[in-house]
Amino acid sequence: MKTPKNLVFFSPKTSSGNGAIFVDTGISAGFPSPADDFRETRISLDDELITNKEATFFAKVKGQSMINAGLDDNDLLVIDRSLEPANNKIAVCFLDGEFTVKRLRVEKNEVWLQPENPDYPIIKITEENDFVIWGIVTSVIKKV
Amino acid sequence: MFALIDCNNFYASCERVFNPNLQGKPVAILSNNDGCVISMSDEAKKLQLPFGAPIFKWESFCKANNITVLSSNYPLYGDMSARVMNILKDFSPDIEVYSIDESFLELKGFDNYNFAEYATTMRRRILKWTGIPTCVGIAPTKALSKVANKIARSNLKQSKGICIIDSEEKRIKALKWTKIGKVWGIGGRLQKRLEAKGVVTAYDFTQLPSDWVLKEFSIVEWRLQKDLQGISKIPLEDAVSSKKMIATTRSFENTYSDIENIKERISTFATSCAKKLREQKSSCHLITVFLRSNRFDKNQPYLKESTTAILSYPTDSSLIISKAAVEAVKNIYKKGIQYKKAGVIISGLVPNDNFQLNLFSEENPKHKPLMAAIDSLNKKFKSDKIKLGNQDLKRTWKMRQERLSKKFTTNINEVFIVNSYHKK
Repeated sequence: MKTPKNLVFFSPKTSSGNGAIFVDTGISAGFPSPADDFRETRISLDDELITNKEATFFAKVKGQSMINAGLDDNDLLVIDRSLEPANNKIAVCFLDGEFTVKRLRVEKNEVWLQPENPDYPIIKITEENDFVIWGIVTSVIKKV
Repeated sequence: MFALIDCNNFYASCERVFNPNLQGKPVAILSNNDGCVISMSDEAKKLQLPFGAPIFKWESFCKANNITVLSSNYPLYGDMSARVMNILKDFSPDIEVYSIDESFLELKGFDNYNFAEYATTMRRRILKWTGIPTCVGIAPTKALSKVANKIARSNLKQSKGICIIDSEEKRIKALKWTKIGKVWGIGGRLQKRLEAKGVVTAYDFTQLPSDWVLKEFSIVEWRLQKDLQGISKIPLEDAVSSKKMIATTRSFENTYSDIENIKERISTFATSCAKKLREQKSSCHLITVFLRSNRFDKNQPYLKESTTAILSYPTDSSLIISKAAVEAVKNIYKKGIQYKKAGVIISGLVPNDNFQLNLFSEENPKHKPLMAAIDSLNKKFKSDKIKLGNQDLKRTWKMRQERLSKKFTTNINEVFIVNSYHKK
């Protein structure tokens, strides 16, 4: 056979076995940890409480009108702006110049803000109100 | 196709998210140290408050016109910007974050999309999720998408915040509407030269012979002309490319003439630059320092001096950068001048993983671990607790931020308050 002048052929080398294995965890003289293969990531409150991090904001509650819903003075609210407002959801609203948190009551064409404390009045939203639903409360974090 | 998404009056809009009372009202935001107006709402623009207005001269004007004046709150603006940009990443994998409030998206393979609908979805989602209003311009090239965005912005009611250039007819109409000085990348000097040649609109610019543009100006203008003609020559820039220059500059609350004070400020600015440099994993070898006297003081000449120190090897060490900056400032400092502003700019940046090693490199190998330790401690304490010896520890240099809103999104102690009481 004529040897080609311009081409050099290489053939793959097949070898059996995998050679030495590099152990990057260090080698200890004792037993390897039996837990190593089962390691999982730790519980993250971010993952549990936040589904949409770009739309999530925090706020603090001042006052008592929502205590029966578990929202106490000084509690931290997790608010998701991407959620759609709907009946029965707890919402952070901007009403006539200030932020407030209340449960939404949507009936036919009417919107009511319902406190969760009998001592406080239910507020009916009318056309005269300056009213914006800022975001929906998804969790409340409280110190004990 | 390219989309340019621009946040409307970004700083003022960020403030309005957490203070909806400012909606529809004039708002102005001041530069660091509450010097001059750097951003404002449409309502403030309508009152003809000028950009860059030194606030001490315009205080009574703002009061008289009920303009809410706020200090700049960069922790808040930075976080809100990151939210907007992350939302945009869902709309195209090819994104170039162009500035704190602007991004280009390349819409490769989106030909079957209804661009108007897509742009509407983008705007709505950003507004709903973050509260920030935007405008979207879509066109076959980057420069044209900028033009489209301007058109959308200038006519919000009619455009509904969206402008799409998808035909020759629309392109020509848009370019005829756009004054040459308003074109992306045409600076003041260039504008004058072009206007002298009778180029008044962006359309006139596209009509110039292209080899003449190349000869008379440069490849940059030639590319811009092609882009405006609808032939894409300005590609999307790599989003991960790090900054080519880092600066820390401040106006002082008062003026300083004592060199010890100036040296301390320069050292602090240099340290801050070095920290940013390490964050982006780069090193630098050029350090520029400048000093300026008070522009508004009529009793002394306005003085601005700068000087650049060249290091023999690139470094990211605060110690070396600070030392070089302090040495450099001695060369430009003049006794008896009341200085009002100073700054450190570092450039000649190289990524840490591939710079040319110098045979005679004298960098102390201990600096790297030392800097890493300082950075991690300062991060842990959320403030720069560890400083260099030439940063005076006893003095508290406070930025003047008399009208600062809260760090609503970055500090748990400053989140906004919602009332759960309501007047009966």
